[in-house]
Amino acid sequence: MSDNKQPVKRNKRPLTPKRKEQSRREFLRSSVLAVGMVGASMLGYVPVLQGTSLRLRPPGALKTPDDEQQFYASCIKCGQCVQVCPVEAIKLADLLDGFGIGVPYIDAREQACDFSCDGLQCVLACPTGALTHELDYPADTRMGFARLARPKACLAMQGKGFKGQARGADYKGLLRYEEIDRWNPILVSEHPYDLEICDLCVRQCPIEIRINQCEAAESEKTEQPVARVAQQMGNACPPKHAITLEPVESEDGVMRMKPVVQEGCVGCGVCEMICPVESAAIVVDLDVTADTVKES
Amino acid sequence: MSYIKDSIAHLIGNKIPRPSKQQQSAEVQAIYASKRGKLSKADVEAVRHAHKGTFLSKWQKRRWATLILVNMLFVASFYFDVQLVEGALTGARVMGFHFADLNAALQVALAYKHIVLNLVIGIVTVFLMWLLLGGRTFCSWVCPYHLLSEWAEYLHLWLVKKRLIKNHTFNRKVRIVFYVVFALLALVTGYTVFETISPTGILSRALIYGPGLALVWVGLLLLFEIVYSRRAWCRYVCPIGVTYGMVGLLSPVRVKYNAEACHHEGDCRKVCLVPHVLELTIRSGARDVNQDISSDCTRCGMCVDVCPTDSLTYEVKGLSKMLK
Repeated sequence: MSDNKQPVKRNKRPLTPKRKEQSRREFLRSSVLAVGMVGASMLGYVPVLQGTSLRLRPPGALKTPDDEQQFYASCIKCGQCVQVCPVEAIKLADLLDGFGIGVPYIDAREQACDFSCDGLQCVLACPTGALTHELDYPADTRMGFARLARPKACLAMQGKGFKGQARGADYKGLLRYEEIDRWNPILVSEHPYDLEICDLCVRQCPIEIRINQCEAAESEKTEQPVARVAQQMGNACPPKHAITLEPVESEDGVMRMKPVVQEGCVGCGVCEMICPVESAAIVVDLDVTADTVKES
Repeated sequence: MSYIKDSIAHLIGNKIPRPSKQQQSAEVQAIYASKRGKLSKADVEAVRHAHKGTFLSKWQKRRWATLILVNMLFVASFYFDVQLVEGALTGARVMGFHFADLNAALQVALAYKHIVLNLVIGIVTVFLMWLLLGGRTFCSWVCPYHLLSEWAEYLHLWLVKKRLIKNHTFNRKVRIVFYVVFALLALVTGYTVFETISPTGILSRALIYGPGLALVWVGLLLLFEIVYSRRAWCRYVCPIGVTYGMVGLLSPVRVKYNAEACHHEGDCRKVCLVPHVLELTIRSGARDVNQDISSDCTRCGMCVDVCPTDSLTYEVKGLSKMLK
């Protein structure tokens, strides 16, 4: 093979002014693209810095009350937690949450976590440990902490009872009522109440329900071998009360019942969900948990 | 070795220089010499005519069907609660087995600086899967944005033909810059920054869990591709493509080029998402009679379908030899 015809290497040929101008423009365009795309993605920082992306997170979320960085970082945004939740409490955040996009959250007023899966299914489903496997029982959860935000609106504080559907006929929220169906949650609207004094927040609190079950099991003390579920329930007995109805003297000097949030509150949001007043008299705060309340 | 070298060059956006005569095998030189002066425009038209395909070509049909099927499996699995494929494209459990998108897992690992065992299992499974299936095969056969982008591309090409708009190219090196920047951002900020704008994740979640505002961003990207730059996201930005391109370095599933019958008319480069990988089809561009297309190729099969001389074919390295 003769190499006589071998031309000068193409890329060694000097660029024509036109080609030079084209590549200069391409370089500029590419720089603008780079800055633009990275800039667009960094806009995700804004909601995080402003704190507007702070939300009620599923049980076990890897976060502190005011810092969700670890949670956003470890979450792969796949929604497997969404898929296993029997009451469909978990949703994925949208674009306005910035870096929190695709990260699971719970809107308690719409649908709270009532632990009706029993086994913290969302935690088990999480492939990245964003929902840490370090907790075993609902009582170990630290999602937030309930607070009676509008005591004057509270029916119990007004000495009132409650009759009917807790959140109206159109409310789509679900709760598990074990006395009706041990395994499947039903519509809250299909379970009307008739209460002399409204105690819905205490009555439906998953922690309180479990404490009651444990106490009932304790008082029965059957000689028969305990079923596995019951045994698990025994293990899962919450050590502390979450919310109780206590008599207090109101401003007009009459004794009234007041829901008092206790140290065992995990912040699941069921009280906020079930509260029949619009808007809820009791809400879940995100900036505190049972642990931080104890410290302060 | 030269395959890996070429692939890396393409992945980081370098141009592979035309091979010199010393780099070319005697056989391929003989082929090029025998074609000199013999390929006329009429010839090309004749073979093109004989090859004329349908609106949706063979591999395109199969690919679209696969892409839609995979994404619908996710949707149906959640909708009917059959737990076949749980999760989304970023992370899933397929009949109980962990799967993790390699780029999403990388972002998480860099931001969180810690990897749990389940994620390692998911990464290894998906790595092996795409190692067997070709790497960037993910892009064209699974990624939902790819399909929308393909449709946007038709619109773009039509507008260009009507002379209503002009295509603008970017420097391909910008993609590797994005890759490094997004990796560094995850590491430094501790947030999975790229996931905020990833249309793959956004679309997959929108399909499964319902639409949201994030689709506006995907719409803007498509609009950008339609009116300004053809396939801009996949060509110049997406780090997912780079990640899977690296997996493809060692994959046996490739597109093979045979220089013998090639007319060098360039129809393949016109339909290709990543035309730089097909530069070896330019006359005197190949080093050997048979050469594999680099791993930046998404194995979409558009070139296989369009090639009038069947010079481009799918191959499974090793398997093809065994079948012969």
